[in-house]
Amino acid sequence: MKNHVLRPLYAVLMIVTLILAARIFLVPKDFGIQERGYMYGWHRKSNEEDWKKVSVKYQGKEYCKDCHGANYDSIAKTPHKNIQCENCHGPAIEHPSDPPKLTIDRSRQQCLRCHFPLPYPTSGRSKIRGIDPETHNPDMECSMCHNPHHPSLEGMR
Amino acid sequence: MTTRRDFIKKTIITVAGAALPLTAFELLDPKKLFAQVAAEKTRVRWAFLIDTYKCVGCGYCVKACKLENEVPYEANATRTWVERYVLTKDGKFLADSPKGARDGYTTSKIDLGLGNYEEVKNNNIEKAYFVPKLCNQCENPPCVQVCPVGATYQAPDGVVLVDRSWCIGCGYCIMACPYGVRFFHPVHHTAEKCNYCYHRITKGMKTACVDACPFGARQIGNIKDPNDPVTKIIRTQRVAVLKSEYGTKPQAFYIGLDEEVR
Amino acid sequence: MVHGELWTLKELFVLPNEYIYWSVQIVMYPFMTGLVAGAFVLSSLYHVFGIEKLKDMARFALVFSFALLFAAPMPIVLHLQFPFRGINVFMTPHFTSAIAAFGIVFFTYGAIVASELWFLYRKHFVEVALRLREKQDKTMMEWFSYLIFCSLTLGVYDVSEESLHRDEKAIKFLAALGIPVACFLHGYAGFIFGSVKANALWMTPLMPVIFIMSAIVSGIALCMLTYIVTMEIRKFLAKRKRTTYGVYQTTDQIRSVEINVIQMTAKYLLYFMVFAISLEVLDLIFRGYTAVKSWDVLRSVIYGKDFTSIFILQYAIGNLIPLILLLTPGLTLRRTLLGVLLVLFGVFMMRWNVVIGGQAFSLTFAGYMHYHLPIVPHSMETFKEGLFGALSIFIMPFVLFYFISKIFPVFEYKEAH
Repeated sequence: MKNHVLRPLYAVLMIVTLILAARIFLVPKDFGIQERGYMYGWHRKSNEEDWKKVSVKYQGKEYCKDCHGANYDSIAKTPHKNIQCENCHGPAIEHPSDPPKLTIDRSRQQCLRCHFPLPYPTSGRSKIRGIDPETHNPDMECSMCHNPHHPSLEGMR
Repeated sequence: MTTRRDFIKKTIITVAGAALPLTAFELLDPKKLFAQVAAEKTRVRWAFLIDTYKCVGCGYCVKACKLENEVPYEANATRTWVERYVLTKDGKFLADSPKGARDGYTTSKIDLGLGNYEEVKNNNIEKAYFVPKLCNQCENPPCVQVCPVGATYQAPDGVVLVDRSWCIGCGYCIMACPYGVRFFHPVHHTAEKCNYCYHRITKGMKTACVDACPFGARQIGNIKDPNDPVTKIIRTQRVAVLKSEYGTKPQAFYIGLDEEVR
Repeated sequence: MVHGELWTLKELFVLPNEYIYWSVQIVMYPFMTGLVAGAFVLSSLYHVFGIEKLKDMARFALVFSFALLFAAPMPIVLHLQFPFRGINVFMTPHFTSAIAAFGIVFFTYGAIVASELWFLYRKHFVEVALRLREKQDKTMMEWFSYLIFCSLTLGVYDVSEESLHRDEKAIKFLAALGIPVACFLHGYAGFIFGSVKANALWMTPLMPVIFIMSAIVSGIALCMLTYIVTMEIRKFLAKRKRTTYGVYQTTDQIRSVEINVIQMTAKYLLYFMVFAISLEVLDLIFRGYTAVKSWDVLRSVIYGKDFTSIFILQYAIGNLIPLILLLTPGLTLRRTLLGVLLVLFGVFMMRWNVVIGGQAFSLTFAGYMHYHLPIVPHSMETFKEGLFGALSIFIMPFVLFYFISKIFPVFEYKEAH
């Protein structure tokens, strides 16, 4: 009869054991303290690989070069040479297999991203020429007159 | 009473037997607990360099980021964003970042929230600029420190990642980030953040935002490589970090950072 | 839609990802843990310090604290994006996080309260179990309760004088051990907020202490409230049925015991309240005096946007009026009832002003966020983190208490000593 006082303690220990036992089954095998120590590196190691497996959507302009060589070359001679093809044509992903056709953004908003005049003194924006979208042919798409691959005034359509 | 004694004995044996081989004791291994040394050995530590002079606020970086990293395009949350700061001649401080500048800045009206806008006349502008923001991949990330389950962590190359299969969605990391970088992913419902396009940088590519930027305002590099052009700039020029007072040691460095930048 | 967008309105310069992510359930969470801790401390005042006048209240407070204990983690679970992954806190605890440590502390505390209750009611369990064992042809229900009470005895049927004496010693030990653990438990809730360095309003080392003090205040107030209500019901029953009801027999007898207990408890409520308010005011003064970078935006929130909920609802209605009510001599039951209700409301508003107020301003210190509590639950999210979610959490301990008091009789049970 001596030890009845410790009974609740045994009950608690049983629960703790259950939790610890559950850990064996529920915690992924590669979960642990990794390179960065317990404070910053306590994680499931294989998750790093999971993130590496995310598919690449933006392929960069070199990806376009082989098939669309003419446009690749022509835009390179203009002030628009810095703009990646995919900024307007959308992410290539696996084009031409998937998607076979890209959706081109020809909206005025697309051009206004740079060409709405915001003469902020210490920003590169002040060096870009802009138009007032309220007064400058408000109902037309910019590309109806300006060729985005050859944007200078001589390139007007 | 033999039954009781047996019971006690069995309990003790079960507890000891079940507990000993457990990984729980890994926590108590001081060698592993303070294993910072290993991190010193890695040869890659990603860092970001942002030139605010070059940024024009076109927002192509935000657009590319959202599409590349599958953050719903219409959702009002984003892994990277661009802020606009305008200081007027009559002493006003104005700043905004409508939709995180996903569609760039195509108006001179400043978004004041609650449906209000303030028009700033060009001749009233004293100082104005754009500041791109993204995760700082802090050396001491407070968001990782507070994660109760080890669902967010720092990879050996310094990038802070989130384990979507393990995150419980408590939001503590969101609260702990002084830079407002984190949010709940509208589809996965787990904590979401910029990870420097981990799937790209580990393949030798640049991040989607760096590639999309027409003006070279964003650059990414390996700060452990002394020959990396980004490292050279960070080491030789005057750069600053955001909110250094929090002791987070941010690894996104800024050229032309202003006192007003939050 | 991003989580939080539904109930957040942004004003001026707020970062794109900023929303009120911690909403009403996180207000409920420290409120509920506060009640647990407070109720336990109150019961310990009798068991440890032997304040005889609290004897009746102590037993009640302990059982009620046990009921609250189950309700306390519910707000957090409801708040989680993945409630079923909550178990991960025990699977891969990351102890640099205050929340992970909370799981362990909470478990320890629960174990202590449960053990203390076991010692307190062990004799009762044995009596019921033996009685049911003797009984011939038991009904389904009786079989069921027989099984429950048998397992509750944990296999100990010894109710000799000597063993009961040992029980009492164990209770005293557990009650003493429980006080620091209860404070620790709630201090942790405060630490969860106080350690968020990114939040200018939360980050103060005073936060855990303020939380403990207001926790004790709210716990005592809730115990008084429930005590008064139960006593009123018993009085009503005694009057109607004229039956012998437990220890006390007539309405007058109940009343005299009741007012005695209430006056005694009210005194302790006042002590802790004064301490809690002093700390809160100290925090406010300190912030204003040091006036660091964040003070401008904090001031505009505290004295501007949140003025009503801080100074009117929390300090005036929740603190000042109950102080006056309880301090005026000749305390009556009705006055006490109003006082403790207001105290509870005040503590809830304090939690609200900390949790929601801490997210009322942007990380930029140049913008504000307004919280709109979802009232009509038109989706799971608006139920969970809306008015009805919060209300169901608040009702939960009372429902639990009803069932738990079937096992642990609070009033009818006569102590042998």
